[in-house]
Amino acid sequence: MIRLALWLLGALLLAGIVHLATVLILPRMATQDAYARVSAIAPVNAVVPIPTPTPEKAVLPFMDPAFEVSICRYDLSRGPLKFSVPISQAYTSVSFYTRSDIAYYAINDRAAGRRVIELDLMTAAQRAELPENEDITAADRLIVASPTTTGLIVIRALAPETGWIPAVRSALASAQCRPQ
Amino acid sequence: MRLLFGTVLALVIAAAIGLGATWIALTQGTAYGGVTIGAWTGWPKNGTQGIDPYARAMVARSGELPVGSGDGVAFYANADDAGLALDGRCDVLLSGITPQARFWTLTLYDPEGRLVANSAQRHGFTSQEIIRNADGSFDITVGPRARPGNWLPTGGVDKYLLVLRLYDTPIGMAMRTGRDAPMPAITKRACL
Repeated sequence: MIRLALWLLGALLLAGIVHLATVLILPRMATQDAYARVSAIAPVNAVVPIPTPTPEKAVLPFMDPAFEVSICRYDLSRGPLKFSVPISQAYTSVSFYTRSDIAYYAINDRAAGRRVIELDLMTAAQRAELPENEDITAADRLIVASPTTTGLIVIRALAPETGWIPAVRSALASAQCRPQ
Repeated sequence: MRLLFGTVLALVIAAAIGLGATWIALTQGTAYGGVTIGAWTGWPKNGTQGIDPYARAMVARSGELPVGSGDGVAFYANADDAGLALDGRCDVLLSGITPQARFWTLTLYDPEGRLVANSAQRHGFTSQEIIRNADGSFDITVGPRARPGNWLPTGGVDKYLLVLRLYDTPIGMAMRTGRDAPMPAITKRACL
């Protein structure tokens, strides 16, 4: 009897380990995560418009249909990227996601304080290599450090009423994301 | 022989319980660290690098991109204030005000995060589109049949969820109660 109880206790401990291990490993094993879904339609280091979600078809689940969205799937292995997007009338935000879809940075038009959101994206190692005695100070130039070499830049621009959509789309169309 | 039997039994039980627990945790939406106000629950931490492992696994599984914390906060409701699951065959009244934000959007999804087809081709409201009462509050009828005023069609699906996203908002992880963040009440009305 005691022996059986011990076996069950062991089994439960092992079950806990199995549970934690699967939860931790799942993000690495997921084949249909947001990055994978975007990769199917977006080339590397280019801004691609994501079709507005419809009941029949959506690139990602839980997309906000009031927003026009463009995505840049970046790869910093060949060097830092320069990113810029003109802000539209209502609300524009730029969110950065790691390869495993963790949001590590987001900025909106008001925080940027200009007509254009402009920044440099690089890995921590590339940032450390930047010469320090350059004339350009940190205030002129927003530098975002990516925790992973690849990831997603998601540009969201709000079209608060349907009449706004063309203007918002054209603002997003001039977004740029290219190697320096 | 007994040792072998015990080992196999223990391994089978461990695999079944361990995987079962993972499955339940990821499908039943039991992520930690949520902020619940009335019928609404938000996970402001999911938009940061401090996202917990369960939420990470859920995000990886569903394929969504959580709203970044510098961008906004999303609140989800799949039941009304009385705790009854939202049913697309019933009329539900959303009324009240939202926490402070530059813009907000309200969107209706099926449980998998797809928009729901309907004849009006309306899937939600933005804070600019909404018709407000004199005191700034608003009423939205969520239901299968057309209604005057703000009508959000359900398309008659049996299960749906409402997502209220607040953009450029000071609301964040510090908030805990309805006094910090007044969320709209969700009341069930007549069913078809």
